[in-house]
Amino acid sequence: MISLTVLDADGISHTVEAKPGLTVMEALRAAGLPLKAACGGSLACATCHVIIAEKDFVRVGPPSEDEEDMLDQGFDVNRTSRLACQIKVSSDIDGLSIRFPRQS
Amino acid sequence: MSRHAQTDVVIIGAGPIGLSAIFACGHLGMRCHVIEALSDVGGQCTALYPEKPIYDIPGFPAIAAGELIARLMAQAAPFAPTFHLGQQAVKLTRAGDILSVEMSSGSTIAARAVIIAAGGGAFGPNRPPLAGIERLEGTSVHYWVKDTAAFTGKRIVIAGGGDSAVDWAIALSEHAQSITLVHRRERFRCAPASLQKLDELTRRGLIALKVPYQLAALQAEAGKLEAIEIGHIDGQREWLEAEHLLAFYGIASDLGPLRDFGVGLSEEQILVDPATMETSERSVFAVGDISLYPSKQKLIVTGFAEAVTAARTVYERIFPDRPFHFQHSTDRGPPQLQPAQ
Repeated sequence: MISLTVLDADGISHTVEAKPGLTVMEALRAAGLPLKAACGGSLACATCHVIIAEKDFVRVGPPSEDEEDMLDQGFDVNRTSRLACQIKVSSDIDGLSIRFPRQS
Repeated sequence: MSRHAQTDVVIIGAGPIGLSAIFACGHLGMRCHVIEALSDVGGQCTALYPEKPIYDIPGFPAIAAGELIARLMAQAAPFAPTFHLGQQAVKLTRAGDILSVEMSSGSTIAARAVIIAAGGGAFGPNRPPLAGIERLEGTSVHYWVKDTAAFTGKRIVIAGGGDSAVDWAIALSEHAQSITLVHRRERFRCAPASLQKLDELTRRGLIALKVPYQLAALQAEAGKLEAIEIGHIDGQREWLEAEHLLAFYGIASDLGPLRDFGVGLSEEQILVDPATMETSERSVFAVGDISLYPSKQKLIVTGFAEAVTAARTVYERIFPDRPFHFQHSTDRGPPQLQPAQ
């Protein structure tokens, strides 16, 4: 299992054990975290927007152009923003720190 | 449209599954009214990805989402459905066997069964999460433009990076006192001609660009917007004085009033018995993305089958004295609304 550290919108930290092969979106939802993922991972919304810790961003890399376009519909977007549905869980991201966008 | 319509089945949501439910019910001799929050049918297929090809509809190696909706409409047409577009289903009440669904217009539709095919809920504007924004909507904060005259001589902030944001910045630049376009990055997703026009108006000082910036806070006095705080992607913040904010961040769906329909929920989905697609409320069914049961797959093809499953029990509820005869469409002939035999 791959371990992820997730800071939710209320500032509470969660450790998520993620199954390799899932997307980060699927892993966070499987762990019961409130990630809407309205389009189900088809890159048609920005409701699984997460922010990767700066130190870890190099491990996931930048979004594709299509993903950038969808991130335009997100809020609290910054230089390390990604859509969780576009990141695969693998040993490359073991220990990754991410946070949910602020709600207001 | 009468204020109190009557029908056999009310379908909430005119996405692909809601449209397929018209056929599934019509095939069994039942009439439908369909309530849709958007001004057009098709749900996500129309609103989010009309040109995207779908590859997993049996019989169609590839079909554009918009084309699938057009075909579903053609297939439903013989059953003469009544559409209530631009209406949200806001309330469900029950009197004996009769269910009444109230719409945002205040009109109600009475039926013997309700099929909720609302996907992720009703679509509305994707609202920036800014404190106090709801109280300013319609007066100082807008998600669409009804009347350009309202913006004459005003200081306007437009937020977003797509065609709507750019096109309205261009269109209103002639009338407004000032236009500031706020977007989270340098690149805009819009038609090349619009981009050229935006460049020209920016050079002439008619549009001020604030990139890469995002909305941070609103300041209002007596229900009127006074200033908007924006934040640079790297953190620095500044205030822009403005009477109006136009926010164009696309659309978002929300369960909204469906939460209070009395049906059992799990987060944003409605729990059903997969053998009947009935919810915890008798004669209220849920199909498609909004329904949840073990091993649920949110696919259009699954939703089609769920609508057919629901229609069978709907029939038993509406015609308790008539036996249910299973019939293939090949035996029944071309679709037409007729009492089931």
